[in-house]
Amino acid sequence: MDTIVRIPAALRTLTGGADEVKASGKTVGEVIEDLERRHPGLKDRLLDEKGVRRFINIYVGEEDVRFTGGLATELKAGDQISIIPAIAGG
Amino acid sequence: MSGWLRARRIESVVEAVGDTPLLQLRSVTKNAPDVPVYAKLEFENPGGSVKDRAALRMILDAQKDGRLTKGKRLIDSTSGNTGVAYSLFGAALGIRVTLVMPSNVSQARKDIARAFGTEIIFSDPLEGSDGAMRLAKKIVEEDPDRWFYPDQYANPSNPLAHYYGTGPEILRDVGDRITHFVAGLGTSGTMMGTARRLKEHHRPIRCVAVEPDSPFHGLEGLKHMASSIVPPIYDPKLHDEVFPVSTEDGWDMADRLAREEGLHVGHSSGANVFAAVKIAERLQAEGKPGCVVVIVADRGDRYFSPLRWEKKYVW
Repeated sequence: MDTIVRIPAALRTLTGGADEVKASGKTVGEVIEDLERRHPGLKDRLLDEKGVRRFINIYVGEEDVRFTGGLATELKAGDQISIIPAIAGG
Repeated sequence: MSGWLRARRIESVVEAVGDTPLLQLRSVTKNAPDVPVYAKLEFENPGGSVKDRAALRMILDAQKDGRLTKGKRLIDSTSGNTGVAYSLFGAALGIRVTLVMPSNVSQARKDIARAFGTEIIFSDPLEGSDGAMRLAKKIVEEDPDRWFYPDQYANPSNPLAHYYGTGPEILRDVGDRITHFVAGLGTSGTMMGTARRLKEHHRPIRCVAVEPDSPFHGLEGLKHMASSIVPPIYDPKLHDEVFPVSTEDGWDMADRLAREEGLHVGHSSGANVFAAVKIAERLQAEGKPGCVVVIVADRGDRYFSPLRWEKKYVW
């Protein structure tokens, strides 16, 4: 199942400039693994050894996955994932 | 202690801007006992951040030369602190204010700006601060006569506030002892203006610009220049060195400053102090004398939401 993942401006060097990419997986964690296969380097920007990096929020639709099971959050057909920095620079 | 006590009677909140204290750090610098590190506490400004200086000067200069006249609304893009400053001075001086900010800016900043009666327009969080800047420009272009657009990234009054304020204050307070000045790069106004003044001093002062080590970082307020729209006021020749700092190092130093020095500062200030301490330790190891002055831009409480301070916070 393909899920659309929205990519923030600061990470688009890793996606060839694309602001949306596709990746597949049944959970958020699986989608991130597939993102890494398709766009090497992305996973390291999103996760550290403890899980999702402290300054990054990942949303499924409007829901912050922090409150829905983290990386184990299950995806339904048509779900859209957004990667949003917890901060805005400048 | 006199710097701590603002025992002065003032007529307007704008007079409370500047003249911030310089605090010698005692604990985080213990590996460099012979190289003093002074933190310039910019959170003592009435809006709680270094941005008060630039915002006030941009407003006053524009009133003087007629760019900001009665009835015009101030609009700018800002991730927060400049917005708080515009809002505060707008309220005090009778200027209505509109801010454009990415919707992922911390809730506290939005609430503070709104408390002064400011209107907020949100831009796409995925586009970051550059997206907010583009949206502000578009709004102004649609009705240019309605707005005063200071454009903090391009406005010479921004660095001038530091040329006439921050720089002379530092020289007055530490004089000839200063060997290094450390500040982060956001609009770059603090570094540009202060460095320009310090470079006029009769003894050389090394100016070190702190920057996030990656385009995708958690040091709010700082810009990764190589991957951003470079501010027109930025001149890389004015500083002597760029010091990249990781998000984790900046955050960890912010925690240490709270627990060891009683200074609860924002993450960008944590990054600045991390660099300042490393520079002091380098001088100590080389047996060289030195004195480092570092900008502490704001307090940490502005970042309580949506960021988490708990270091062991795991998903």
